[in-house]
Amino acid sequence: MSNVPVNNGRRRFLTAATVVVGGAGVAGVAVPFIGSWNPSARAKAAGAPVEVNVGKIEPGQLIRAEWRGKPVYVVRRTEATLNGLAKFDDQLRDPNSEKAQQPSYATNAYRSIKPEFLVALGVCTHLGCAPTHHKGDFDQFVDGMSDGFFCPCHGSKFDMAGRVFQGVPAPLNLMVPEHSFTSEDTLLIGVGPDSSEGAA
Amino acid sequence: MLANFMAWIDKRLPVTDAWNKHLAQYPAPKNFNFWYFFGSLAMLVLVNQILTGVWLTMSYEPSGDGAFASVEYIMRDVDYGWLLRYMHSTGASAFFIVVYLHMMRGLMYGSYQKPRELLWIFGMLIFLVLMAEAFMGYLLPWGNMSYWGAQVIISLFGAIPVIGDDLTQWIRGDYVISGATLNRFFALHVVAMPLVLVILVFLHILALHEVGSNNPEGTDVKKPKGSVPLEEQSKFAFHKQYTDKYDIVDAIPFHPYYSVKDIMGVAGFLILFCWVMFFAPEGGGYFIEAPNFEPANGLKTPEHIVPVWYFGPFYTILRVVPDKLLGAVAMFGAIIMLFALPWFDRGTVKAMKYRCTLHTVNLIQFAISFLVLGYLGTKAATPLNNMIGTVASFGYFGFFIALWFYSKNEKTKPVPERVSH
Repeated sequence: MSNVPVNNGRRRFLTAATVVVGGAGVAGVAVPFIGSWNPSARAKAAGAPVEVNVGKIEPGQLIRAEWRGKPVYVVRRTEATLNGLAKFDDQLRDPNSEKAQQPSYATNAYRSIKPEFLVALGVCTHLGCAPTHHKGDFDQFVDGMSDGFFCPCHGSKFDMAGRVFQGVPAPLNLMVPEHSFTSEDTLLIGVGPDSSEGAA
Repeated sequence: MLANFMAWIDKRLPVTDAWNKHLAQYPAPKNFNFWYFFGSLAMLVLVNQILTGVWLTMSYEPSGDGAFASVEYIMRDVDYGWLLRYMHSTGASAFFIVVYLHMMRGLMYGSYQKPRELLWIFGMLIFLVLMAEAFMGYLLPWGNMSYWGAQVIISLFGAIPVIGDDLTQWIRGDYVISGATLNRFFALHVVAMPLVLVILVFLHILALHEVGSNNPEGTDVKKPKGSVPLEEQSKFAFHKQYTDKYDIVDAIPFHPYYSVKDIMGVAGFLILFCWVMFFAPEGGGYFIEAPNFEPANGLKTPEHIVPVWYFGPFYTILRVVPDKLLGAVAMFGAIIMLFALPWFDRGTVKAMKYRCTLHTVNLIQFAISFLVLGYLGTKAATPLNNMIGTVASFGYFGFFIALWFYSKNEKTKPVPERVSH
């Protein structure tokens, strides 16, 4: 080996060129392997909007709809609940809904289009469990508050506008999905009122 | 005839040489106690998991629509299906019991210290892959706890800034956990992870045999060549790879001495294992959790969502931190601390008995903290539990921090040159 004529410059160039070409090849081959883990066309198609009849919801009642496989909570909030919302603002992380957890048309005090209807994903913003709706007995978690959401997994607390309390693991308010009312009693989840907002 | 056959093989593949080097002429310290059972027991459980796992795949259907029903089919209609499944599910918990004890042994006798750092790291990688393997396997029955457990753990990656949400969606392959997630977990659980695991175990043992086994005294059985008079050397024949470079003292060949001893361990282990498998296969709700007898339901979170017991310690650390990102960081940090243990410990004395009293106290408080964290991980997150969990988390991390400080100028007792009994 030692007395074999060697052109080190050429050898280095060939090594580097082989590494670059080989590396590009590996990167190219990785694309289908990584890409195949994305949601398939079938999974994406299953994400179509969902219609919900809200006319029969009693005041204070919560119903669950399913959209993209996730639970969507629809609550008809009572007058008393709506009036009480502002009282606990100082205990909330994001009382004014500054973080983009809702479409622009729901960025208001009630986080909704119609004040009485809360439409929010029943998916805790901590690790994705479904918070439990506590009606009348929420004061065991927050003094003086009768209704709210409590996540059984890690104890995160939300008020009746889906706003998260301070000192719990969840960092953000409950997500308000794109939604709109196509008639007085028909809620469409997945499409905003202004079609330019589009299906999310 | 047989001798000729072996000679023919040995000319082409060093079978006899490997047998001698790693078993019949491997110098193992003569003073191993019962703590040294757990390595071989972990291998036994690995074989059990692979065998029963292969058989379970023969009747299991990896799809969102069919998985739950196929597990019921295995339990009710397949001959001995219930036994194969219970061997596998009990084996999963048994795996973690023996691995945790195996790690505790390493902590007590300083088996992670120089020159065994790489050996320790291979062991930690095995532990990490084992956790991934167990986590993915737990989704496969497609029960409601499978579903929500996976939901919580995958969502952990959502805590990563910027890419978090896209990353979780990429892992799930859907907007929620779905059949797509189940199928890929199945592929990883039965093909990819076991391959990696077996390779890592192979490297773990290879690294062990390169540096040699530690022992409860923390002494070295391999002395410099020519430093020990012949009559004080071990009377056994060892492989020339060891005797060419060292004088071997206080050692016996692994086979037959420790192969026989390990069989004793296997017998004791199997008595306990079979008792659980036949009389309490659900492990009192700890090995197979009650909500898992209901099919996965994406709209209904179980009342108390808790991981299987072996994830308890890390899960508690996650949830006592009242911040999503920091909680995930603390949880993964707890495992990284273990990886870095050989560098946290700046001492040179290995065995607990020759180290300072503070070290023993520290080890005991670490073990207690770990057990408390594990227990809390299977309970609801009440304010009291969270408070205790916080204290225990400080105990867990404090072990490493304290070790780093006192091990630098530690007052140790003299370590004997030789094993005294």
